[in-house]
Amino acid sequence: MEYAIIFLPLISSFLSAFFGKKIGDKYSPILSSSLIGLSAVFSLIVFYKVLTQNYSSNNLIFNWISSGNFLVNWSIYVDALTSIMLVVVTLISAIIHFYSIGYMSHDSHKHRFMAYLSLFTFSMLALVTSDNFIQLFFGWEGVGLCSYLLIGFWYKKPSANAAAIKAFLVNRVGDFGLAIGIFLIFFFYGTVNFNEVFQETPSLINKELIILGVKFNLITLISVMLFIGAMGKSAQIFLHTWLPDAMEGPTPVSALIHAATMVTAGIFLIVRCSPIIEYSQTALNIIAIIGMMTAFFAATVALVQNDIKKIVAYSTCSQLGYMFFAAGIGAYNVAIFHLFTHAFFKSLLFLGAGCVIHSFNEEQDIRSMGGVWKKIPYTYALMIIGTLALTGFPFLSGFYSKDAIIEFAYFKGTTVGYFAATIGILTALLTAIYSWRLIFKVFHGKYNNKKGSLHKVNESSLIMLIPSSLLAFGAIFIGYFFKNTFIGYDNLLFWNNSILFLENLVHGHPPLWLLIITPFLVILAIPLTYYLIIKNEKILKNLILKNQSIYNFLLNKWYFDEIYNFIFVAPLKRFGLFFWKKVDINIIDKYGPDGISRLVRIISNKAVNFQSGYLYHYAFVMVIGFSILLTYFIIY
Amino acid sequence: MIEIGLGHYLTLAAIIFTIGIVGVFLNRKNIIIILMSIELMLLAVNINLVSFSIYLQDLVGQIFTMFILTVAAAEAAVGLAIIVIYYKNRGSINVDEINSLKG
Repeated sequence: MEYAIIFLPLISSFLSAFFGKKIGDKYSPILSSSLIGLSAVFSLIVFYKVLTQNYSSNNLIFNWISSGNFLVNWSIYVDALTSIMLVVVTLISAIIHFYSIGYMSHDSHKHRFMAYLSLFTFSMLALVTSDNFIQLFFGWEGVGLCSYLLIGFWYKKPSANAAAIKAFLVNRVGDFGLAIGIFLIFFFYGTVNFNEVFQETPSLINKELIILGVKFNLITLISVMLFIGAMGKSAQIFLHTWLPDAMEGPTPVSALIHAATMVTAGIFLIVRCSPIIEYSQTALNIIAIIGMMTAFFAATVALVQNDIKKIVAYSTCSQLGYMFFAAGIGAYNVAIFHLFTHAFFKSLLFLGAGCVIHSFNEEQDIRSMGGVWKKIPYTYALMIIGTLALTGFPFLSGFYSKDAIIEFAYFKGTTVGYFAATIGILTALLTAIYSWRLIFKVFHGKYNNKKGSLHKVNESSLIMLIPSSLLAFGAIFIGYFFKNTFIGYDNLLFWNNSILFLENLVHGHPPLWLLIITPFLVILAIPLTYYLIIKNEKILKNLILKNQSIYNFLLNKWYFDEIYNFIFVAPLKRFGLFFWKKVDINIIDKYGPDGISRLVRIISNKAVNFQSGYLYHYAFVMVIGFSILLTYFIIY
Repeated sequence: MIEIGLGHYLTLAAIIFTIGIVGVFLNRKNIIIILMSIELMLLAVNINLVSFSIYLQDLVGQIFTMFILTVAAAEAAVGLAIIVIYYKNRGSINVDEINSLKG
């Protein structure tokens, strides 16, 4: 069954890539969606087995590398953590495959699209089912590649190509860290298999390395390197710049890759490596601080953005920050729980945004929307559910996971913990404000679109709405159903060694004010935002006018892109131009290949003169040659 | 009265040979003259052979000369035949017009 889960997406990818045209425009997408759907059903069965019987297994596919003591297998490793990821990946992927049938119905490249999407699913599954770091790295790069291909799917748009390249390059920075982490592990442990590495870790906690005269703790160094990898993939602050640009891809891609699955691979890596990271308090603090910064930074940027998909993208970034600081304060299970719920409501929001964009005929700017909630009630309902779940409205899934993160941070009792809790609450408020701003701008107020008239705005087709409703269902109930299993009192029974906790997480009764404050702020944000956006725009406009510099600072995303341009991109470009124009063309080419070919041309031009075609010239040359030879032999 | 010795024969042969070579190069008229010049060069070599044969008291050289004359006759026949065919094809055997060897 595990084999089927992994390989059905691969088969689906092959079928639509090579036989898509043969099977036909109509049936090929349905076929590949069904294969992924089948894979999702199997994943659910595996998940059920894990839930009820604590099932775990390691199925070997074959030996991959066997060189000296370096042994790497292709295998399918299933435990509690993997089973959750299996469900998230295959279920969301199946839903989005079906959604794409509708969304991409007018695109002539839908076979290519389906092939990439299925290939992505396969790579992601290879990543989460790996039992060693090398297969994980294979999956890691595989999803990176698919992400690149899908961001640049509309390759005729220069901006899409630029975004794809940017995503690939920024991820390279992270992957460099991850690769160094894996090298360190192999160098000091002599193995890359998770089980052996995790067993050996306690014996290496005091080992220190001296690099350039600075002492590093080995475990801390490995953890930080792995975390740098995770930062790249999960778009944490400093390496986040690719995620908003990645919204150039088709919306289903944003929902699947840049919200639900690929970007959570970083969280997965950190949680999977909890038996290593748990031993390094420094690394945990770094993770928590980066997570907090990301959560807060992305939320502030999302407040002022005007592109519907960019807002949701920054929101993803911010929620990933939540997951990281949950992991950083040691609450790995809560991080995974938030990952689980987030996958549902964030892909729902993206699919909803896709429906909105379709309804408005490819309009993405929320300033030119508005007043359409009566025209597209289903999309409106879906977006409302997604927003409620995202903001943590009581009893929807986001409520359970996000509040749990804040509570655990509070209970941690350390400075970082209290700080994280504060940032968490603040960010929750910001999240509510920007989410409701999005809803009110898109669906309420006056209709503002100059390109098309109001009665042209239509509800999307059923094939798009039904999958989205499934996600909506998940966004409402998932948190309630699984809260006890994932983060309840006896959660360790469920996790069953897939996560290591050095000290048990404190479960206590949080003080009443802590229980109430987040939901209170979140609910308060709704009328507040409504008042500011719809009823009384003047206050907001005055605020912007008075704080023009702060507004610009946020609108330009804290000038991250500009700073990176200034520090990295521009000097590198100048450097590259210098080597290209001056060194390469003027020196290497001029005297190297070009020089030789010019020399050959000159000599052969001379040599051509010998070939006059006159008989007596040939004879003359012959005689001269003959006499030279003769002279030579006579003299020597 | 000077006695005619080996040196004189060789000098004569060398002069004839040079005339042959110069005839090949300087000739701008037609191929038959080239053919004649080659024949001249062959004859010069023959004179060499014969004079060395007498000088060394060895008949082989003279026998060899007979062979060469035979071969030269055959060669002249073939060469002339080629020239005849060539003339039929091109309508001219002017050396300056024969440069189709040029690639």
